[in-house]
Amino acid sequence: MMPTETFIEITYFIATILFILSLKWLSSPTTARRGVIAGEVGMALAIGGTLLYRGIVDYKLVAIGLVLGCIIGVPLGKVAMTAVPQRTALSHAFGALCVTLVGTSEFYLRAPNISPFMMAVLSMEVILGSLTFTGSLMAAGKLQEVLPQRPITYKGQNFVNLGMLALAVAIAVILCLHPDQVKLFPAMIIIPLIFGVMLVIPIGGADMPTVISLLNSYAGLSAAAMGFVLNSKLLIIAGALDGSSGFILSVIMSKAMNRSFTNVLFGGFGQIQAAAAGVQEQRPVKSATAEEAAGILAAANKVVIVPGYGMAVAQAQHKVRELYDALTKRGVDVTFGIHPVAGRMPGHMNVLLAEADIPYDKLLDMDNINGDMAQTDVALVIGANDVTNPAARTDASSPIFGMPILDVDKARTVMVIKRSMAAGFAGIDNPLYYLDQTLMLFGDAKNFVGNIVRELTGGSDGHH
Amino acid sequence: MKLDLITSLYVFTLAAFIGFEVIRRVSPLLHTPLMSLTNALDAIAVVGAIILAGEHKSNLAAILGTIAIVAATSNIVGGFLITDRMLRMFKSSGPKKP
Repeated sequence: MMPTETFIEITYFIATILFILSLKWLSSPTTARRGVIAGEVGMALAIGGTLLYRGIVDYKLVAIGLVLGCIIGVPLGKVAMTAVPQRTALSHAFGALCVTLVGTSEFYLRAPNISPFMMAVLSMEVILGSLTFTGSLMAAGKLQEVLPQRPITYKGQNFVNLGMLALAVAIAVILCLHPDQVKLFPAMIIIPLIFGVMLVIPIGGADMPTVISLLNSYAGLSAAAMGFVLNSKLLIIAGALDGSSGFILSVIMSKAMNRSFTNVLFGGFGQIQAAAAGVQEQRPVKSATAEEAAGILAAANKVVIVPGYGMAVAQAQHKVRELYDALTKRGVDVTFGIHPVAGRMPGHMNVLLAEADIPYDKLLDMDNINGDMAQTDVALVIGANDVTNPAARTDASSPIFGMPILDVDKARTVMVIKRSMAAGFAGIDNPLYYLDQTLMLFGDAKNFVGNIVRELTGGSDGHH
Repeated sequence: MKLDLITSLYVFTLAAFIGFEVIRRVSPLLHTPLMSLTNALDAIAVVGAIILAGEHKSNLAAILGTIAIVAATSNIVGGFLITDRMLRMFKSSGPKKP
C-alpha cells in the first residue's frame, strides 16, 4: 500500500508535466484545445491529491470555498468576448488575493521562527501579491469604465511611487533580520496595496496591453514565491510558467509601442499627450460615402483590413465579417493586419474576429502583413489610429517615433473609418489622413461597414 | 530547510527557462487564450489554500485560507471555461475536419 504522501506527490508530478504540455500545445490553434484539456486534467489531479492530505481536519471550510469559487467562476467564464480584458485583469486580482492571503496566514502561523531567507521569499510573495491585487482591480475598473480611463498624473508621482516601494522593501528587510517584529507585517501589505493603486492611476487605455501583461507576470512570480514558502515544486513551476508568460508578453507589447517597461510604468505618455495636443492644425481631407467605398472595394483584388480598439467599442466585428464574406464572394482576397497592441490586451483583436467567425489563417500579425502592403489595393482601417501613423517612421519629433506600425500608407488606396477628425487616444495627429490616396469614411464603424455591405450585396442581386 | 530553498531555486530557474522556450512559440493569434490559460494554471495555488483552510491551525488561517480557495477556484473554473470558449472560435478557412 502506497503512503498517501507519496501518492499526493505523484499527482503533483503528473500535474506538472501536464501543465507544461498544456502550454506547449497552446502554440498552435490546431492543438490548443488539447492543451486546455491537459491543464484541466492536471488541475483535477492536483486538487484531488491534495484533498487526500491527512492533515486536513476541516473539510467543511474547503468544500464551502470550492463551491463558492465555482459559483463565482462560472459567470466569469461566460463573459462576452469584448469584456475579456477586464475579466483577465480581475482574474489576476483574484490570483494575487489568494497568494497574499496564504502568505499572510503562513507568516502569523510561523512567526517568529522564520529564517531570513524564508522571510525574504515570504515578503516577496505578499508585496507582489498585494500590489498586483489592487493594481489589477484598478486596471479592471478602468477597462470596465467604472473608473476614469484617462491617465491621472501629478507632479512627483514617480517619486511618491518609488518611495512607497522602497519603504515596503525596507520593512521586508527589517522583518528578515528581526522576524519577531510581528507588528510591522501589516504595513508590508498595506503599503503595496496603496502602491498598486498608484501604479495604475497614471496608465491610460492604450497602455493596458502592457500593464495587463506586467500584472500577469507579477501574479505568476508571487505564486512562485508562495511555492518557495510552502516548498511546493508544483506551485513554483506553475508560477514560473505564468511569470515568464507575462514577462514575454510585456516585452512584446513594449516593443510594439517602442517603449521601455519603465517608460510605461513611470508614465511618460500622460505628459507627451498634453504637449502633442496643442500642435494640431486643420488640413483638408478627402472623404467618401459608403457607395463610393463599396465601389472601390469591389474593384480591388487585394484588401487588407486593419482593426483597432474602435472596432471593439462599436461592436462592429460581426458587420466586418459580413464585409469579409461579401468581398470574398466577389473573389477579392481579404486579409486582416493586426498590430500587437491593437485593443486592450494581447491578442484582443484576434479573439473578437475569431468570435465573428473569421478564419484564423486570415488574421496576420504585423510582420507578416507589412511586406504585402505595397501589393495591396485597399487598406481599410477600422477604429485604429496610432498603430497606422506613418509619423512613427518618418517624423523624429513625434512622440510615437520608432514605434513599429502597420504600413497602410503603402497601399494604393487607404480608407479610414472614423467618427470625426478628433485625435486618437495618444492625442497625436495622424498624417495618414491627409495623404493623396486616403479617403476618410466618417461615421460609426458598425453602421458604416453595414452600409458598405448593403451596397455590395444589393448591387450583386441583379446578377443572380 | 535551507537546502529546500536552494532546490526550489533550481526548480524555479529551470521552469522559467522552459516557460520562455515554450511560450515564445505561442502564435500572437492566441495571446489572449494564453493569458487566460496561464492564469487558470497559476490558480494551482488553491492547493496551498486548501491545506491552510483544512488544517485549521488558527481561526485567522482558516478564514483567510477559505477566502483564498474561493479566489483561486473562481480563476480555475472561469479561466478554463473562457479559454476553451475562445479556442473553439478559432476556425481555419481550410477544409473542415469532422
